[in-house]
Amino acid sequence: MAKNEKPNYAPRSTYITGFIISVILTLEAYFLVVREALPYWILIFTVFALAVIQTFVQLFFFLHLDSESKPRWKMTTFLFAGLVVIIVVFGSLWIMTNLHYNQEKSYSPEEIGKYIEEEEAIYR
Amino acid sequence: MSQAMDDKTQLGFWIYLMTDIVLFATLFATYIILHHNTFGGPGGSELFSLPFVLLETMILLTSSFTAGLGLLAGYQGRKQAVLTWFAVTFALGAAFLGLEIYEFAHLVHAGHSWTASAFLSAFFTLVGTHGLHITAGLIWMATIMWQVFKNGLIPPVKRRLTMLSLFWHFLDIVWIFIFTIVYLIGGEIHG
Repeated sequence: MAKNEKPNYAPRSTYITGFIISVILTLEAYFLVVREALPYWILIFTVFALAVIQTFVQLFFFLHLDSESKPRWKMTTFLFAGLVVIIVVFGSLWIMTNLHYNQEKSYSPEEIGKYIEEEEAIYR
Repeated sequence: MSQAMDDKTQLGFWIYLMTDIVLFATLFATYIILHHNTFGGPGGSELFSLPFVLLETMILLTSSFTAGLGLLAGYQGRKQAVLTWFAVTFALGAAFLGLEIYEFAHLVHAGHSWTASAFLSAFFTLVGTHGLHITAGLIWMATIMWQVFKNGLIPPVKRRLTMLSLFWHFLDIVWIFIFTIVYLIGGEIHG
């Protein structure tokens, strides 16, 4: 670490700023959803974006990822974990939405059971 | 232990947190895929109460903030302030856990347990895993507070304090996504 030994020693104001921004972002997402202020997909995208922004606010203001010193191993491992998360989540969604019966929300439990038996030869 | 060793220990703990993110990612993927599969039962919009979840969210967010202030007091060598801030954090964490257990019990009593549908299995697994982490965090916090009380802010205790607050901030970040994906998007937004 740096010359004087204070690894994660951030001033109190950092925590207060991070906390206030997080509260504002949380309330913003909450009220956007409760009032259904935007069309479906735009609302989902906006609310998700607010969550991502809050994540970075907390990573910087609470976890001080920005003030890490040179080799930046924490940032490296974080970015790698982020890559794995994106592959796992979006890869799973991609594959599963391609499965036909999973797309049909209007099937009753009986119909889904029948469909699985007939189309995929999986019996109870 | 030297500063270099401290940094190594902290990096090791950080890497554990990164693998925990991947664990949660698999549970999130499962939930997102299965949340329409309610097996004829009610979905998220009928089961979740958003004001209740907002309260949970604010409690956990505040506890993450007070954990940060507790760690700061630790770096400044103010033992009494460390104990006070972490006592507040512990109380908020316990309140959060209490609310979550209340919500789970409420759902199970109404017949919406994890056996009712794929949606509820995914829901209980994801939110329950987070709750389990919170429980572990609370037990850990209690033991570290005892160490601070008994041994004072000696270097090993400070190091554990740093990792505990890393863990606690991390749990709040995971909760942001549970709040957003499970409750806001999964529960309230209608197509």
